[in-house]
Amino acid sequence: MAELLEMKSITKVYPNGIVANYKVDFSLEEGEIHAVVGENGAGKSTLMKILFGMHSPEEGDIFLRGEKIELASSNKAIEKGIGMVHQHFMLVPSLTVAENIVLGIEPKRSFLFDKEKAIKITEELAKKYNLKVDPRALVKDIPVGLKQKVEILKALLRGAKILILDEPTAVLTPQETGELFRELKVLKEKGHTIIFISHKLKEVKALCDRLTVMRNGRNVGVHQVSDVTEEDISRLMVGRDVILKVEKGTALPKETILQVKKIKQKNQFGQTVLNNVSFSLKAGEILGIAGVEGNGQRELVEVLTGLLNLTSGEIYVKGNLINNYSIKAIRDLNISHIPEDRMTYGVAEKMSIENNLIADKYDKEPYSKKGILNIKHIKKKTVEQVEEFRIKCNSPLQEVKMLSGGNIQKVVVAREFSSDPELLIADQPTRGIDVGATEFIRKRIIHLRDQGAGVLLVSADLNEVMELSDRLVVFFNGEIYAYFSDTSNLTEEELGLYMLGVKRQNNEIIRGAIYEEQ
Amino acid sequence: MDKFIAIIFSVSFGYAVLRVTTPLIFAAMGALISDKAGVINIGLEGIMLISALTGVVVSAYTQSAFLGLLMAVIAGSLTGMAMAYFALNLKTDIILSGIAINLFGGGGTIFALYLVAHDKGISSSLKSLVLPKIDIPIIDQIPVLSEIISGQNILTYIALLSVVFVYILVYKTPLGLQIRAVGENEDAADSVGVSVRKIKYIALILSGAFAGFGGAYMSMAYVSWFSKNMTVGRGFIALAAEAMGGSTPFGTLVACFVFGSAEALSNSLQSLRVPTEFVQMIPYVVTVLGLVLYSSRKTSQIRKKIGSRR
Repeated sequence: MAELLEMKSITKVYPNGIVANYKVDFSLEEGEIHAVVGENGAGKSTLMKILFGMHSPEEGDIFLRGEKIELASSNKAIEKGIGMVHQHFMLVPSLTVAENIVLGIEPKRSFLFDKEKAIKITEELAKKYNLKVDPRALVKDIPVGLKQKVEILKALLRGAKILILDEPTAVLTPQETGELFRELKVLKEKGHTIIFISHKLKEVKALCDRLTVMRNGRNVGVHQVSDVTEEDISRLMVGRDVILKVEKGTALPKETILQVKKIKQKNQFGQTVLNNVSFSLKAGEILGIAGVEGNGQRELVEVLTGLLNLTSGEIYVKGNLINNYSIKAIRDLNISHIPEDRMTYGVAEKMSIENNLIADKYDKEPYSKKGILNIKHIKKKTVEQVEEFRIKCNSPLQEVKMLSGGNIQKVVVAREFSSDPELLIADQPTRGIDVGATEFIRKRIIHLRDQGAGVLLVSADLNEVMELSDRLVVFFNGEIYAYFSDTSNLTEEELGLYMLGVKRQNNEIIRGAIYEEQ
Repeated sequence: MDKFIAIIFSVSFGYAVLRVTTPLIFAAMGALISDKAGVINIGLEGIMLISALTGVVVSAYTQSAFLGLLMAVIAGSLTGMAMAYFALNLKTDIILSGIAINLFGGGGTIFALYLVAHDKGISSSLKSLVLPKIDIPIIDQIPVLSEIISGQNILTYIALLSVVFVYILVYKTPLGLQIRAVGENEDAADSVGVSVRKIKYIALILSGAFAGFGGAYMSMAYVSWFSKNMTVGRGFIALAAEAMGGSTPFGTLVACFVFGSAEALSNSLQSLRVPTEFVQMIPYVVTVLGLVLYSSRKTSQIRKKIGSRR
């Protein structure tokens, strides 16, 4: 195959002094799907941002078909046929899907923006690539999976021949991932070249032709995917063997800590998103909630944590009816929450790691006394937590947004775990983060359980819910479709049938999710 | 009290409302465009002063009111561009840039006035011109309405048209779409090759141009001279009107009329035996009340929307 693109000896140093890329060589062959793998913070995203003209490197050159190109802006990259689908969505929430897709290359009718044409363009494009979107919907109203599709369509409309996908499956359900892979293979057949940034090794094996492994800002090897096993890749990435299986002893459940009784929830469009959901959770156990995203899990977490008002039903935590509790009052019951969307609910991205770590406890002793912050104690605790949770940073005073996704998640986890919660609500706790960090966070969740906390684990990652959960419920269409009191003999296939709503257990078994009151 | 009511329901009061609202509309449209692009122009007050003086000086020297207006608008645009340069190229904070422009406009115009008119307070030694008043055909035949709407300064009509212009620009043109995209998520705009800097420049230049119209109106229509600090906070009231109007052109227009009415009332009441200090306070008190109402309504909306428990 012909060499399409070459990046030679790229070095990028961020203003804060972090060397994100050091003398990285990267090459791409025409018509391949090329994986770039590496742990969070290994410099994958930076390298791709350079290729997309968003950052300019301190050193190094880029050649397209043997010709040296200057990518001073993303505009230039688009001109050269390079498109990027970002990890954090680059969409304008209050604009429609169609408006987002044509932004920058708007169709015109005389000097006015031609809305109908934009909708038509979107519909045609969506049809061509079989990516179903509603062109008239506002982006703020559509789920994550659809936003991803909008992003891909955006790049395709701009004639992207080289498509960079920055961890595209991190936000997708298993079904959507399968769909995406089929679409990417079609694109490949049509002559598009795809760069696939990921740390899901299964996906790399299933989809890609070659892979480049990055570690610590350096390129540590290029391989044919068929020549290496998943274990090989993970060894290359982290320089050690990653135990993807998490060691876990038997749970020792104690008193009931959370009771959810017949809750119903309607969303802003009046749709029922939670229908008659009941379950309970004891201290010292992990209750998993499996399901394809968008089946009520998010709303469940939001009513439990006080982000949403409950439409009807009752929620008890340690015997307290918390329906009308404020978020703060709920947290004061010693409940921690790892939110699904870390950038919106997890951190204040422009504040320091230190400030983010104390966000839930700055007003409590010994972090502050009589309204004055105890800086000395805060500094000490922060340093401890950065070490304990292996947050990779220059200093605790660094802005959170300068960190990689996995390290941002570690900041969230560090904060939520350090208040010794009795109940942890973990929503997609390891989404979009690397193998090492995933393993670390999973171990911490089990550790927390062993210390006697109740854990409600919501995850679209089948491995995760199956590995971690002591008991498991499956959500479909806002209802519980299945309950398993023991997950050890459960297979992915069986779980999948319930997740997709193909099968449903009878009500008697589902009632098992509720502990009878003593 | 009777006198009070008589004032409000008089034809001349209606005429006065339009007259005093005009500069607010211009400035508020300037605020709106900059706000949509995410670079709110706090410097409207200063730009209006600079443009007001420019209009007086140019019209006095060229003896052309039109050239005076043109140069006032250009001066406003250039000042807006200077702000864009400070904020976008030199990376100063946009709010601080605006404050700097306001301080510069306040002091710099007095200095320039002294150089050209040898007076630190008023430009009466310059033979500056005013812009024409226009009778609107048909409407000027209708009783009452003709006395309110017709016979206003040409800029008053331009101000009303500018609201429509801004509406079309922001919501119906590709540029408007890009402005809104940049204001809401500039990374998104950047990622599809929209030049964020260019859009912000355009927004601030347009914003300056609108403030330029407002400034020209003050010195070449509202009165026929420049006096120091003659805008007395209109640039800030316009910012309040834009916020209260929910950042929409027509909402902002309504808010401008609320503040304009308050000001017209304060002008009219000076003929009654009410202490002037109290009367002059009215427009500002209304501004504060308006903003309080606006923000409490907005927060309750947000709460309703997200279903928060507090």
